[in-house]
Amino acid sequence: MLSAVWLIPALPLLGALLLLVFGRKLGEPWSGVLATLMVAGSFVAGVVTFLGLLDRPAEERQFLFHVFDWLPVGGFNVDIGFLVDPLSMTMVLFVTGVGALIHLYSIGYMHGDRGYPRFFLYLNLFAFSMLMLVLGDNLLVTFLGWEGVGACSYFLISFWFEKMPNAVAGKKAFVTNRIGDWGYMLGMFLTFTTLGSITYFAKDGSGFLQHASGLTGVTATAIALLLFVGAAGKSAQLPLYVWLPDAMAGPTPVSALIHAATMVTSGVYLMVRVSPVLAQSYHWAPQVIAWIGAITALFAATVAVSQRDIKKVLAYSTVSQLGYMFLAVGSGAYVAAIFHMVTHAFFKALLFLGSGSVIHGMHDEQDMRFMGALRKLMPITASTFIVGWLAIAGVPPFAGFWSKDEILLSAWGNNKALWAIGLVTALLTAYYMSRQVFMVFFGEPRWDQAHHVAGEAEQSAAAVDDERTDVAHGVAVDEHPAPTPHESPWTMWVPLVVLAVLAVLGGGLNLPFNHDVSFLANWLEPVVHATEVVPDVATATKVGLAVVAIIAALAGIALAAAVYLKQRVRAVEPELLLHAYHYDDALAAFFGGPGEALAEGTAMADKLVIDGAVNGAGTLVRAGGSRLRVVQTGYVRNYALGIAGGAVLALGWFLVRAGL
Amino acid sequence: MSDFLQAYLTVAVFGGTAGLLIAGVLGLGRLIRPSRPNPDKLTTYESGVDPVGSGFSQSQVRYYIFALLFVLFDVEAVFIFPWAVGLETYSYFGLVEMGIFVFILVLGLVYAWRKGVLRWV
Amino acid sequence: MTAALLFAQVEKVATPKLDWAATAPLLILCGAALLLLLISSLTTSRPARGTYAVITVLASAFAIGTAGVLWARVTDAERGAFTTAAGALTVDGFSVFFIVVISLGIALSALLADDYLRRENLDGPELYVLMLLSGAGGIVMAMANDLIVVFLGLETLSIALYVMAGFNRRRAESRESAMKYFVLGAFSSAFLLYGIAFIYGATGSTNLGDIAGFLNANTLEHTGLLLGGFALLLVGFGFKASAVPFHVWTPDVYQGAPTPVTAFMASASKAAAFAALLRVFVSTFAEYRLDWQPLIWGIAVLTLVVGSVLAIVQTDVKRMMAYSSISHAGFILVGVQAATAQGVSAALFYVLSYTFMIVGTFGVATLVSGKGDEHHGLEAYRGLSRRRPGLALTFTVFLLAQAGVPLTSGFLAKFYVIGAAVDAHSYALALIAMLSSVVSAFLYLRIVVAMYMTDEEGAEPGPRVRVPLGAGVALGLAVAFTVVVGILPQQVVHWADRAIPVVLASGR
Repeated sequence: MLSAVWLIPALPLLGALLLLVFGRKLGEPWSGVLATLMVAGSFVAGVVTFLGLLDRPAEERQFLFHVFDWLPVGGFNVDIGFLVDPLSMTMVLFVTGVGALIHLYSIGYMHGDRGYPRFFLYLNLFAFSMLMLVLGDNLLVTFLGWEGVGACSYFLISFWFEKMPNAVAGKKAFVTNRIGDWGYMLGMFLTFTTLGSITYFAKDGSGFLQHASGLTGVTATAIALLLFVGAAGKSAQLPLYVWLPDAMAGPTPVSALIHAATMVTSGVYLMVRVSPVLAQSYHWAPQVIAWIGAITALFAATVAVSQRDIKKVLAYSTVSQLGYMFLAVGSGAYVAAIFHMVTHAFFKALLFLGSGSVIHGMHDEQDMRFMGALRKLMPITASTFIVGWLAIAGVPPFAGFWSKDEILLSAWGNNKALWAIGLVTALLTAYYMSRQVFMVFFGEPRWDQAHHVAGEAEQSAAAVDDERTDVAHGVAVDEHPAPTPHESPWTMWVPLVVLAVLAVLGGGLNLPFNHDVSFLANWLEPVVHATEVVPDVATATKVGLAVVAIIAALAGIALAAAVYLKQRVRAVEPELLLHAYHYDDALAAFFGGPGEALAEGTAMADKLVIDGAVNGAGTLVRAGGSRLRVVQTGYVRNYALGIAGGAVLALGWFLVRAGL
Repeated sequence: MSDFLQAYLTVAVFGGTAGLLIAGVLGLGRLIRPSRPNPDKLTTYESGVDPVGSGFSQSQVRYYIFALLFVLFDVEAVFIFPWAVGLETYSYFGLVEMGIFVFILVLGLVYAWRKGVLRWV
Repeated sequence: MTAALLFAQVEKVATPKLDWAATAPLLILCGAALLLLLISSLTTSRPARGTYAVITVLASAFAIGTAGVLWARVTDAERGAFTTAAGALTVDGFSVFFIVVISLGIALSALLADDYLRRENLDGPELYVLMLLSGAGGIVMAMANDLIVVFLGLETLSIALYVMAGFNRRRAESRESAMKYFVLGAFSSAFLLYGIAFIYGATGSTNLGDIAGFLNANTLEHTGLLLGGFALLLVGFGFKASAVPFHVWTPDVYQGAPTPVTAFMASASKAAAFAALLRVFVSTFAEYRLDWQPLIWGIAVLTLVVGSVLAIVQTDVKRMMAYSSISHAGFILVGVQAATAQGVSAALFYVLSYTFMIVGTFGVATLVSGKGDEHHGLEAYRGLSRRRPGLALTFTVFLLAQAGVPLTSGFLAKFYVIGAAVDAHSYALALIAMLSSVVSAFLYLRIVVAMYMTDEEGAEPGPRVRVPLGAGVALGLAVAFTVVVGILPQQVVHWADRAIPVVLASGR
């Protein structure tokens, strides 16, 4: 049964190839159906493999599937092979499961789009890459998937490439990720040079994780932190998070699948995978990770408080939740990190798909200020969204409560300050999510104001940050006279309902009451037993912490209700937060010279794309390049001088060597 | 400094002496000769004929082709003379080699001829 | 009869033995060139479309075929590598590898040239003749076992290239590029020749085998002359390989030359330069590795940085690709710098995959440039995905491969050279190479974005693009190689591993 593992990535790949060749002929909706079936088939194969693995005794739950020798380099070989163990199977199941639901949803969501088959081609390609990432049995295959998901993400963000901001956002994602990839590559090379292998586990025991204990502290720290740079890029942690909010320019199912449920969590997966190296590194290395995670969580949560775009709130929320996962990783609570990853995939995908349903129903309106009272018009969307809200806010017994509680517990065991940050973040999370729910589904209907305010906004030249989203849907607002929201078709709400059920019950995966019901912890035990840090906390304290967390969540909700539902307190939505502390702008300004990039960013977005100055690093390089370019005069005499100069330098070097 | 480079010192001394000598002689002449320039004296010397137009003028491009062809066959001749002198030592091998060489050149000539290069248009 | 009697009395000159099978690829290429001239001289009517290109491709194919036979012979453990033509040419795996690479360069460029020449109204056999002869020169460089022979090959390669660069004589840029290339090429050849003289002075031989033997057996009291020779040789090879600071000609010449010729220059000519560099430095001067390695290190760093940084400021795609080819040279130099068997094999792998990538890239540029070879601006590529989705996808593959994206041969090529550098403990160089690949990724992305972005404002769409058969075949082959080897590289790696240059003493 375990050998069925090759089917897991093969099916989406087959789907992608079929769509590449026959996509246009199949058209709508058959290309979507094909893609969905492929991923669903992959899920089935995943279940079969899972059962096969479950059938084995806990200590034998590791299976290596060799596909072919890929890179024979000097003294070592890299194979394309799959590593089937509890960790990778957990990832496979939720990636294919949630993936299949989102494929199904997309059939309805992308209805009537010109690029319909192309969209599903990318989605299938993405699923394939993601599965390669999690199943790969060495760092290079993982890297392959890593690059693949990056490329697909780039294609999908700029799916509607006709619109300039989307193309810009896609590029930004690509370039930021390249920085992360660089860290990953360095980490990989360092692993290879120090341990002589980049295979996780090998049958002959030569895998680098199998003898990670031989690493010196400094090397292990270097490898762990370099890989963490890669993970921070992919999983949108400070300071590399900037691409994720912009990535919302892509179609909503993409945001749900790639930028919430699966791809962005691959950084967490990577860190859990190499946890033996992390365990070997200096004491402060995991602390760095934990602190970056905690600060990112808090930072993004505060930014989410002021966002107006329904998807931007969720985007920052995703950044914040990913921060939680890294907090857990840094605290050695790998099970908690994976647990939160899974529950987060359920409820965040649910929220994104719900927001997509809202956007769909509102005819492409994304500004929450022009929504309200939608629960009557979109009952299914509203009720499932509310489930997602309660889950993310950490209200028991919804899934989010259990996983978040575990992370907070491990943070408490690690460092009280980290716990405090986590708690504040939890409160803020409950607050901004409640704000969103109240603004969208409750209160007064405000969608008829869109027309009027949009015109106003245009005149007052909307804020820099909002420009992108405004342009993205501005056209739609102008064309539709005050649309009436409506419920979405069944292909869209069925996934919502399924995900809502999962968001309610997901907590059951890992209940803290006693050892027997901690299913996930038991399941992952063979992978992380050596490295997992179990916080030494008395049961009474545990209960106390949980109670505090619940109180924080309820306080956040109550506060939001007071502000947005009852309107007793005036909303505090500082401009500073709306602009995410101007971090993005500052970055652009820093690289583009004082003021230059900012001005150009608004006025000449077009020129920026073509000249490629959007990326800060690019600007810096360009500046250097322009200086150097002067050398290329076009005069042969100058060229000859250059060659002669080079010759003189070369001669000079050798004469010095010769000791003259 | 190595002995090897020291050997080259002679060359440098020789070159330096030559330069000094020329500079010295010309400088001496300049010191003792009278200097009364006029425009006629400053014109370019062309065997008594007045120079006309600029010194830099373009030639017909066709001359170049002839020049090229000339060089080609001149070089051929340069190779053939020593070969003819030593034909006995080179034996049949040399004969075949030269045959190939001439064949390639003839091919070039045929090509040039077919392209109309030999005609003065 | 009298002549025969005369000969009988004179002592014969010892004629060198020539291994016909070993020189067959060279003879085929030169023979095909002569054949083309002959056909065009003797026939009165115009031959059918594409005859010349087909003959060129067939000749290259034959050359590759004979190379295949040779390969079996030199990799046979019992027979192994050997020299021929009085120790002037070495026949080893390395030579055979480059025979294949250069012949591929000829064939692919010829396929591109076919339609180009007709489009530009320049049809005739001349370009193919020059290409074949130039390629033969490149092969001589790769096989050379003697510095003089290296020079001979280099000159044959270059002189033909000078003419090819100015082949589109109606375009001022083309003439200009030929002139620049010629002047600077002659300039750098002088350096090379001077370097050869130095080496001869220091070692008493120009034969690589003898030089290596001399250097192994003796310790030089004064290394000045030898090292001076290294420097001058490096200038000569660096020029042809367009390594910084000897690259100055590259952007102008690549941009000005007819695009198929640029493809040939970037592939075959550069391959030949690296062949000579590898054989002369890595194998022959292995003893003095510690002296030349740091210099190659410096050149590699400069080449990587200048290539990728300057590429970004360009707006002309052809020029951009010229800089990109400079940065590729930097990567190959990373492999050369390692000066290990692994480094050489990585460089070989790089050269082969690069040949396909760059020919494909310039192939697309040939097609997009349209009549007059003038549409090379980024704007010509805007919305290409709409007009020619297949071509846009093809180009994307080449660009991604050049950027070093996994599952393309470009990734593996970069991976191997960096791996070789790491194994040779050149960590800093590996780091710089990786950084430069990050920077240059940006550049390739710019073009991809331009292709996949359509203008809302209905701005003037780029020129119409035709994909003729010959170019289509060339691009198809290049894409197939890039992707297939990106996924299944073992066979090619295996070849590259067995193609390490051997230096043999002249077996007279």
